[in-house]
Amino acid sequence: MSMKSNNIVIAGFGGQGILFAGRVLAHIGLISDREVSWLPSYGPEMRGGTANCCVCIDDKPIDCPLVTEPTTLIVMNAPSYDKFIDHVKSGGMAFIDSSLISKKSERNDIDCEYVPATQLATENDISGMANIILLGKLIGKTKLASLETVKEAFEQIIPKAKNHLIDDNMKAIKIGMEYKI
Amino acid sequence: MSNQSSPKKHLMKGNEAIAEAAIRSGCKCFFGYPITPQTEISAYMAKRMPKVGGVYLQAESEIAAINMVYGCAGSGVRCMTSSSSPGIALKAEGISYIAGSDLPCVIINVQRGGPGLGGIQPSQSDYWFMTRALGHGDFHALVFAPASVQEMVDTVCDAFDLADKYRMPAVILADGLLGQMMEPVHFPEDYDFNKNTEKPWAANGHGNKRKHNIINSLFLQPDVLEDENFKRFKRYEIVKKNETKAEIDIEEDTELLVVAYGSVARIAKAAVDMARKNGIKAGLFRPITLWPYPEKELQKAAEKVKKVLVVEMSMGQMVEDVRISLKSRIPIEFHGRTGGIVPTPAEVFEKLKEMDGDDNA
Repeated sequence: MSMKSNNIVIAGFGGQGILFAGRVLAHIGLISDREVSWLPSYGPEMRGGTANCCVCIDDKPIDCPLVTEPTTLIVMNAPSYDKFIDHVKSGGMAFIDSSLISKKSERNDIDCEYVPATQLATENDISGMANIILLGKLIGKTKLASLETVKEAFEQIIPKAKNHLIDDNMKAIKIGMEYKI
Repeated sequence: MSNQSSPKKHLMKGNEAIAEAAIRSGCKCFFGYPITPQTEISAYMAKRMPKVGGVYLQAESEIAAINMVYGCAGSGVRCMTSSSSPGIALKAEGISYIAGSDLPCVIINVQRGGPGLGGIQPSQSDYWFMTRALGHGDFHALVFAPASVQEMVDTVCDAFDLADKYRMPAVILADGLLGQMMEPVHFPEDYDFNKNTEKPWAANGHGNKRKHNIINSLFLQPDVLEDENFKRFKRYEIVKKNETKAEIDIEEDTELLVVAYGSVARIAKAAVDMARKNGIKAGLFRPITLWPYPEKELQKAAEKVKKVLVVEMSMGQMVEDVRISLKSRIPIEFHGRTGGIVPTPAEVFEKLKEMDGDDNA
């Protein structure tokens, strides 16, 4: 379990599961008994454009839930990439869906992980779960949580009637974790 | 791994937490009308109220909703309504009637940008409206300004109790940021609200066993109306003496005192921490009650400081209460963002650096 402050921004289009991926992270923090906050964008961008959310996971009470300098960024479309990549804190990480974003960052003070998440999701018959594949890559890379904790988080969020989605989500997590760039 | 000994925490949006806390505080009736960014309160109430034997009613308008609250409060039942800035403005007439009839109720305002329909992003530009002019006539409402989802839960409980105790409306003044964000919350098992508030004034059926109770705000005789207002303001004096609340984070050598409430206080806290790390002697004063304003607490906190910075998501409203409290004895500066823009810790820190620099120049 990584004990440092995690200030995460997840950004992309509405419908890509941006807010859901954020909730998974927030629940991981909750299960791990850490301080967490989850702040969605709910403005005009929710009505047909970009969506983003800020998740803070920390060991001390969270002051500002609004993340302006993310330690970790997950991006799933080009406008969000352009908007956030320069704000990633030096020494931080960016997880980029390279199926949808063709640009490469010139920053050498951050760790950019290019994962063709949308393509991997389609190939593995779990289309729509690119968000969770990127999350899997993040968890594999940062050791933010164990697979058991991740599963527990899905169990807390996914309604019982849709239980079958837990296996698909865990499959997506593992694909992300095992993907070698 | 989860710690079994710690209390069970739920991850909830501020809006949902307010609704759940209200139900656990004995709120039996909710009357509302949807508006962003508070609609989750209504949605949560719609789902939960029928399951706990309460009433959820979506009225045809904000005006109808507040008048339903008026009637419900008159019958002695704990009740609540919620809205966001322009919706609260529509409720103003009803709130004045409720205050003029000395009735308790809880009103949630999850603020958005104004004036007019404004925007739907967070704002604090209803400060004057809530603390000064919540309706026509001479009256006040209790105004609470929580800064976290947990504090929203805790203040809802206090709001119901104090509204009952002083027979006046209580407002929870939140904003879009607090309403929409999720944080872990804990609900005490045995909810510590005053379950036994006697309401001998309630119009809840006399059964031919007592005199009629009349709920009214119309007093055509000037001397009678004046007397009603005098009585009410005597009660307000007690409220002012007993019910102020603030969180104070200062050190012996604090020179720059930041004053902020609600979500902005958290941003200010982050800025104060940045300042302290950079050798600037900053501290934070966070009012939790906005009416009554924690004047004495602020005076004490500012006793030894050189300058005060007020930060708000408005063009500068609470700053006037800070000036009144401190009688402008020390320089008071203001930093505000408006229209739905949330100030960043970095910009508040910049302002603190500037103020500190002026001082040492």
